[in-house]
Amino acid sequence: MARVVVDVMLKPEILDPQGQAVQRALPRLGFEGISDVRQGKRFELEVDGPVDEAALARIHDLAESFLANTVIEDFIVKVESEEAAAGAAK
Amino acid sequence: MTARIGVVTFPGSLDDRDTQRAIRLAGAEPVALWHKDKNLHQVDAVVLCGGFSYGDYLRAGAIARFSPVMETVIEQAKAGLPVLGICNGFQILTEAHLLPGAMLGNDHLHFICRDQKLRVENAGTAWTADYEAGQEIHIPLKNMDGRYVADEHTLDKLEAEGRVVFRYLDVNPNGSLRDIAGITNEAGNVVGLMPHPEHAVEPLVGSGRTDGLPFFTSILKKLVNA
Repeated sequence: MARVVVDVMLKPEILDPQGQAVQRALPRLGFEGISDVRQGKRFELEVDGPVDEAALARIHDLAESFLANTVIEDFIVKVESEEAAAGAAK
Repeated sequence: MTARIGVVTFPGSLDDRDTQRAIRLAGAEPVALWHKDKNLHQVDAVVLCGGFSYGDYLRAGAIARFSPVMETVIEQAKAGLPVLGICNGFQILTEAHLLPGAMLGNDHLHFICRDQKLRVENAGTAWTADYEAGQEIHIPLKNMDGRYVADEHTLDKLEAEGRVVFRYLDVNPNGSLRDIAGITNEAGNVVGLMPHPEHAVEPLVGSGRTDGLPFFTSILKKLVNA
């Protein structure tokens, strides 16, 4: 089993009111000096078998068509565990 | 022959019965469609109703877009089948790329429920022929994820082609860009909007107006004349 992480974030030009609400609460909690917060989603996919190029390509397609809505969101796919990284390098 | 208008029920749909009732009041025959059934049972048009399909998990409408029934709806909509998406149905239509842009959480982060004033910008679609362009109507609105967004190019294109069908008047309830409440595809057979016309079809309930009824009479007239 290997873990692949898909991080999804709203595109920079899209208003993120959730992130803004978090940012506005920070001074009240004593956190100063944080001028912006944006909130995204992280998907951790446990993959059976090796995370080779073909598997990564399929996960990329999955992220592009389903996990992220590319009209409003950007995404990054990364292999997290070392074991999986070795698999990807094969 | 009476026109048959399908209403899809997804797990989490809320307004399927109200929508069926509105269709019946307009004089058409409502046909209940099930999300797992690819067969549209020879309906003449489809309404994707309001609610929280598949719990709105991931993004509103994102999971419903991949349901078995949507395979057929997407295929048929591209071939000209009239499809109306109300609220969650609008979200499903954008996720399915039958309509451009995307729906996001309201800019103020609150669920909103109000009688909303709208202007009908386009009375030339399959679902708006019984309105007049420029007409102002009141339709109930209730949503969490009603903020319509698209890039500038898409917005300009929608405006230039007259594809903004409804615009919010007086109040923009959710931060939708250019006050857009509803849009149509290029062919005019697919329409999506956030407010709920099916909740404004009888004077006894809601706002006391029947400003939503023309949606269902428009499509009926179109189908009978077709």
